[in-house]
Amino acid sequence: MIPRDRISQSIRAAAAGGGPALVAYLTAGYPRREKFRDHVRALAESAEVVEVGVPFTDPMADGVTIQRASVAALAQGVSLHWILEELAALGPLPAPVLLMSYLNPLLAFGPQLAARAAQSNVAGFIVPDLPLDESGDLRAALTREGLALVQMVTPVTRAERLKQLCAGSEGFVYAVTMTGTTGKNVAVPDDVVHYLDAVRELAPVPVCAGFGIRSREQVERLRGHVDGVVVGSALVEVLERGEDPRAWLKALRGR
Amino acid sequence: MNAVATLSHPDRLLADLIAGRLPDARGRFGPFGGRYVPEMLIPALERLESGVREHLKAPEFQAELAAQLRSWVGRPTALTFAPRLSERLGARIWLKREDLAHTGAHKINNAIGQGLLARRLGAKRIVAETGAGQHGVASAAACARLGLPCTVYMGAVDMERQAPNVGRMRLLGAQVVPVTSGDRTLRAAIDEALRDWVADPLNTYYLIGSAIGPHPYPYLVRELQAVIGREAREQIVAATGSLPDAVIACVGGGSNSIGAFHAFVPDASVEIIGVEAGGRGTGLGENAATVAHGRPGVLHGTYSMLLQDADGQIQETHSVSAGLDYPSVGPEHSLLHALGRVHYTTAGDDEALEAVRTLGETEGILPAIESAHALVGAARWAREHPGRTIVVCLSGRGDKDMQTLLAKLIKEPA
Ligand SMILES: Cc1ncc(COP(=O)(O)O)c(C=O)c1O
Repeated sequence: MIPRDRISQSIRAAAAGGGPALVAYLTAGYPRREKFRDHVRALAESAEVVEVGVPFTDPMADGVTIQRASVAALAQGVSLHWILEELAALGPLPAPVLLMSYLNPLLAFGPQLAARAAQSNVAGFIVPDLPLDESGDLRAALTREGLALVQMVTPVTRAERLKQLCAGSEGFVYAVTMTGTTGKNVAVPDDVVHYLDAVRELAPVPVCAGFGIRSREQVERLRGHVDGVVVGSALVEVLERGEDPRAWLKALRGR
Repeated sequence: MNAVATLSHPDRLLADLIAGRLPDARGRFGPFGGRYVPEMLIPALERLESGVREHLKAPEFQAELAAQLRSWVGRPTALTFAPRLSERLGARIWLKREDLAHTGAHKINNAIGQGLLARRLGAKRIVAETGAGQHGVASAAACARLGLPCTVYMGAVDMERQAPNVGRMRLLGAQVVPVTSGDRTLRAAIDEALRDWVADPLNTYYLIGSAIGPHPYPYLVRELQAVIGREAREQIVAATGSLPDAVIACVGGGSNSIGAFHAFVPDASVEIIGVEAGGRGTGLGENAATVAHGRPGVLHGTYSMLLQDADGQIQETHSVSAGLDYPSVGPEHSLLHALGRVHYTTAGDDEALEAVRTLGETEGILPAIESAHALVGAARWAREHPGRTIVVCLSGRGDKDMQTLLAKLIKEPA
């Protein structure tokens, strides 16, 4: 199976079993880089997709939790090279791994990025500051390796563009549930549920909701309207407190 | 690395630039520019782009802007011959006096223009970032004038070194939010302003303070600042009967400089020089000289020259002048550099401080420390080209820098 199809398949399998699937985010090397492999393994055993955040000095779409995690990870010398080495050393995992990175560290890595990522068992990328319109070069490179480039859609995205983004997204469509940066706790109002239903109508791949997902109540509310949920800041805080991410994800899933 | 060699059609790009065909439809100045932002901001940028297309060149908007520039900003600003400085430097120095514009710097040209546009686009509130505080003050003033609420993000380091401007912004009714994340200077302030904008992209207008950011900002800011060079070109020709031999401006994000340069880019006989902050040395983190020491990358929505490490992490910068303390530069400058049409050099902290003193003592003008970097560039060019005519963009006045100037330049105990 080509890597990018592993992502949609893993999400679909969970959704078919009563879902929603969990896409579990961690900032690589936070809180301590020695723990990275353990954490990735733990998330891969308890979630359908693992999203590994590449720390960046200027994470403009992220709230305070991921900003704090990024600064601390960089201070420990975490880099994309290191992350790919660690992932390669981990070997195949029970869940596919996505890299979430701002564009500049990817540009700095250079043209061997896609091949190196594939060798490290990475199945795809989320690049929050790379809109579809600018994504041609990276997309072409990733496609050659069978890797996904996940697109985000938002509640303010216009209808025409929503169609293009859904058609262009690979692995899944990342449906941002609110305006703002990551990490805030949000209620999920009716209009957001309607928007998610609309995205799901359009998307040929699964739809996962993210930004501000922290509680089992939110997950329950989204059940049936999405194929998966992305948990980021809340999970980073769990790891930060030294708690067991498996137990927390299990509780979030609720059944 | 010679960036010129990497451009595929430099002659055609220069012709396109001169003919006004850049940025292109994708917001590109050759390879530079573009729009690298979270999806959340795309609708706001598309609306801004169509607003710019509809209003910026429209006669009513231009008339409204011209009236504000004349009666409130105080344009045209003077072009002042500097006889004593000229004698000292051995060339004929003319100063384009943006320090005389309302609020004391060129930033007001952009702030009032974007403010008028924001009002036409139905914005409910304005957010802005500021480094030296000049753009913050200009934004606060423009918002007060136009009746729009204004929030300004400012790095904690800058709030300290540009304290007078913090008080000015507050007196002008703006809310000033200290930024304690990241490098706590201009770059972190832009990150925070962007995060604020992401939270409410449809009602908030982001009034960016330099010729940076995602398309269409670099274009919009250039167009609003181009009044500097347009006036200066007319004034110097009226005063001397010919074009200058050189035009020199300081480069932070690059707005006063692109504004000063724009009208002169087609004049092949005019040498154009941008002066970046050389800080205290050439090492990583010791300066903010992006063109001199950077390589292309993406920050704050645009592909341009960038001070970054091997992993693509943005470098901390240093300059004694808060307004130049930024690790990137507007994309049009990256193209002008790659084309070789503008020559970029640096001025160090100490040289710039000395130039503040020199201008004060010779001409009775205290420039902003940012602007003094341009004077250092002018002195150097004058040494190499004695007797020639130079227009220097004096982007702002030095009052905001009194704290730094008193500490660094006045040796007697208080
Ligand atoms: C007086 C003055 N000059 C120059 C600058 C640098 O900005 P830019 O390069 O956008 O003109 C600033 C920025 O704050 C400033 O206040």
